[in-house]
Amino acid sequence: MNQFHTVFFEESQEHLQTMEELLLNISTDDPDAEELNSIFRAAHSIKGGSGIFGFDALTGLTHVMETILDKARNHELDLTTDIVDVLLATTDTLGDILQAYQDESEINWQQIEEGKAALESVLSAEGDESTNAELPPAADTTEDDDSFGFFDDAPGQPEVEVAAEDDDGFGFFGDAPGQPQQASDTEGGEGEEDDGFGFFDDAPGQPNAEATAAETEHDDNDGSFGFFTEPKPAQPIKDEDAYGFFEQEKSSVTSATKPPAKAAKSPAKPPAKAATKNDAGSIRVETTKIDTVVNLVGEMVITQSILSMIGEDVEGNTGEKLSGAIDELSRNIREIQEAVMSMRMIPVSFVFNRFPRLVRDLAKTLDKKIDLIIEGGETEVDKSMIEKLADPLTHLVRNSLDHGIEPLEKRLAAGKPETGTVVLKAEQRGGNILISIQDDGGGLNRDKILDKALSNGLDVDPKMPDEEVWQLIFAPGFSTADAVTDVSGRGVGMDVVRKNIEAIQGGIDIVSTAGQGSTFTIKLPLTLAIIDGMCVSVGSETYIIPLLNIIESLQPKPEQIKTLANDTMLWSRDQYWPLISLREQMQIDEPGKPIEHSIIVLVEIGKKRYGIIVDQLLGKQQVVIKSLERHYKKVDGISGATIMGDGKVAMIIDVDNLMKNEQINQVGLA
Amino acid sequence: MNTVSSQDAAIAATGGASKEYLTFMLGEEQYGLAIIQVKEIRGYEPVTKIANAPDFIKGVINLRGDIVPIIDLRVKFNVSEATYNEFTIVIMLNVQDRIVGIVVDSVSDVINVSEDEIHPPPEFGVAFDSRYLDGLASVDDGLVILVNIERLITSREIGIFDSMNQQNEGSV
Repeated sequence: MNQFHTVFFEESQEHLQTMEELLLNISTDDPDAEELNSIFRAAHSIKGGSGIFGFDALTGLTHVMETILDKARNHELDLTTDIVDVLLATTDTLGDILQAYQDESEINWQQIEEGKAALESVLSAEGDESTNAELPPAADTTEDDDSFGFFDDAPGQPEVEVAAEDDDGFGFFGDAPGQPQQASDTEGGEGEEDDGFGFFDDAPGQPNAEATAAETEHDDNDGSFGFFTEPKPAQPIKDEDAYGFFEQEKSSVTSATKPPAKAAKSPAKPPAKAATKNDAGSIRVETTKIDTVVNLVGEMVITQSILSMIGEDVEGNTGEKLSGAIDELSRNIREIQEAVMSMRMIPVSFVFNRFPRLVRDLAKTLDKKIDLIIEGGETEVDKSMIEKLADPLTHLVRNSLDHGIEPLEKRLAAGKPETGTVVLKAEQRGGNILISIQDDGGGLNRDKILDKALSNGLDVDPKMPDEEVWQLIFAPGFSTADAVTDVSGRGVGMDVVRKNIEAIQGGIDIVSTAGQGSTFTIKLPLTLAIIDGMCVSVGSETYIIPLLNIIESLQPKPEQIKTLANDTMLWSRDQYWPLISLREQMQIDEPGKPIEHSIIVLVEIGKKRYGIIVDQLLGKQQVVIKSLERHYKKVDGISGATIMGDGKVAMIIDVDNLMKNEQINQVGLA
Repeated sequence: MNTVSSQDAAIAATGGASKEYLTFMLGEEQYGLAIIQVKEIRGYEPVTKIANAPDFIKGVINLRGDIVPIIDLRVKFNVSEATYNEFTIVIMLNVQDRIVGIVVDSVSDVINVSEDEIHPPPEFGVAFDSRYLDGLASVDDGLVILVNIERLITSREIGIFDSMNQQNEGSV
């Protein structure tokens, strides 16, 4: 039973999210019927499921909610912002209850009663004249929903009802391409759920749609499971048809109690947040399982490189054959690796989706008018990063709203539109994901930050460039907000934001123009697990430099080397490159070669460009990043470690950290 | 997961009546550490050095896919000459969900020590600071100094758990 509970919880969460998104976007003047339907269906799905599992707290509340929504979609009740607020508050309450059930903790009945009262007051305010009479049949079924009252035309068969509800709970009828629907702009997950539900909802009134859906759905499942042996009876029209149809469903439910149920559930069920809405079918897999595969593939990559090394030692005909086979193997492994990594990727909309609500609520609290524009929500990011992005992003968005966007009067005085705009954008650029939060507010206040830095005892120079001033706000205990509000200003935030971002190997940049707004850009690596690296050697040690950062590797000519004071520099590509010796940085005792016989690897990260002096290049290799911090601790200039073909550990150079800013600036000016 | 539960067990065991200790030699002295924290015992293998690490942290090795630091207690406590050959022993420990290897002179035995057999640790004559000791126990062939290895490894003195602690402090 528990596994059904889990499914119910997951799906209800998704339904709640759908509801919230739709409610946020809905226009109160001219609500879209299809959107209302989607909200309604989501509420109904939760109600149905909770009824079956006996989660009574949910059932009662969703029931009242449903009534309101139903009136709204039948134009008997005009949606107002207040009603939407109440409905939003209800989704929150539902979320809390759901959580409580999930944690098996105490249900806060008082909260439920309050929620119910709020909803009912909306209803009573609108008058309670009877609505049943004029309702079209489809809506009718849902209106007087004493039990579930779905199939009024089949009163003699309560179990049919349950069957239908049940199905919905299991998300059997996921893909019904015959019914394109409005909710598609949200997320595939919920959309398809709703679709399946809508299928039943519309059934009595819309034989055509139903027939298509029935067919499609049959096709879908038939291929893999062949549950529905009699799809055709579903096509005839009206009551009898409905009956035959449900019979069919019943049979599927019976099977659902058997082991195949699990499998049957899968094809219709998209992975939690798949953005694409295709009919390929998908399965829900625990992330730990995927992680295991990722790790195993990592081990395979290592084993494969060990094999390659051994392969080099085999001579003659066998050796040739072997190396051919190993090449083939490595290609395959690379493909497996890519496939596995793509499994871990989920669209950032997963984390972005919480912001419309947050911005709406916060704007209200702050009494500001703010438009949130989300772009690039489909950009895919490694799941582990998504989870860690939520907090810093929330913080940055809140900051933009609170500190960035000016109060109304100020905006008008500055000749800006009354409504502030915050753009939340994600994009992939090269091997990085860029996530930016841009506002059209007042921008960062340079003087204020400098003053604050001085009073905090930070070492600052009034002439320092803007970028460095902006970085000061990441210092602990830094807040220039005049008043500490609920929202921000306690100064505990930005340093944590940076720490969180750095923990996922990202960086954060600020661009700000006084009077025009600021942009915070978070730069993240595409994936945390595997990188392409250049293996270099210093003495007997091997290091990996991420290929991504490498511009060029060269053996310097004596005339390219310039010495200025104590710093050695390289003239190349029309500029001087500060140089750093990996031997010195890594404290390798073995004596080095003169610089003319060494190799210089020119690297770039952000605005930093410098050259790393190494002994030799050993070749390119894909390496699996292993955490050094897992069992040891962070090491300066090292971003992680990897295991080489011979089983030895090699350190991966952290190009951003190997050479400190000040070292570069020192020589960069020369 | 296993490591967590074994630690819980270790914590539970400290209150219990009897505990098993793995004894090892460090210089002239015989030491014991709670066997429940021992993951495995293996021979010394070449390590990969870490920049800016104290000399008693020899480096890291690949333990079946995990990058694990190796600490030479002989160097740390300056007890005997640190030579590395095929007989050099590394004890792999589970400490607070991490794996850490320690290099010792040799591993001798597993002993059972009940709580009332443990005497308070001496103030002198031991390489370790007394706060890292559980006490003394007498066995057939002399005294065994019982080390609280978890406290030692996580100490600031060893310094490998520092960054984690600092991180925690920072984010609070």
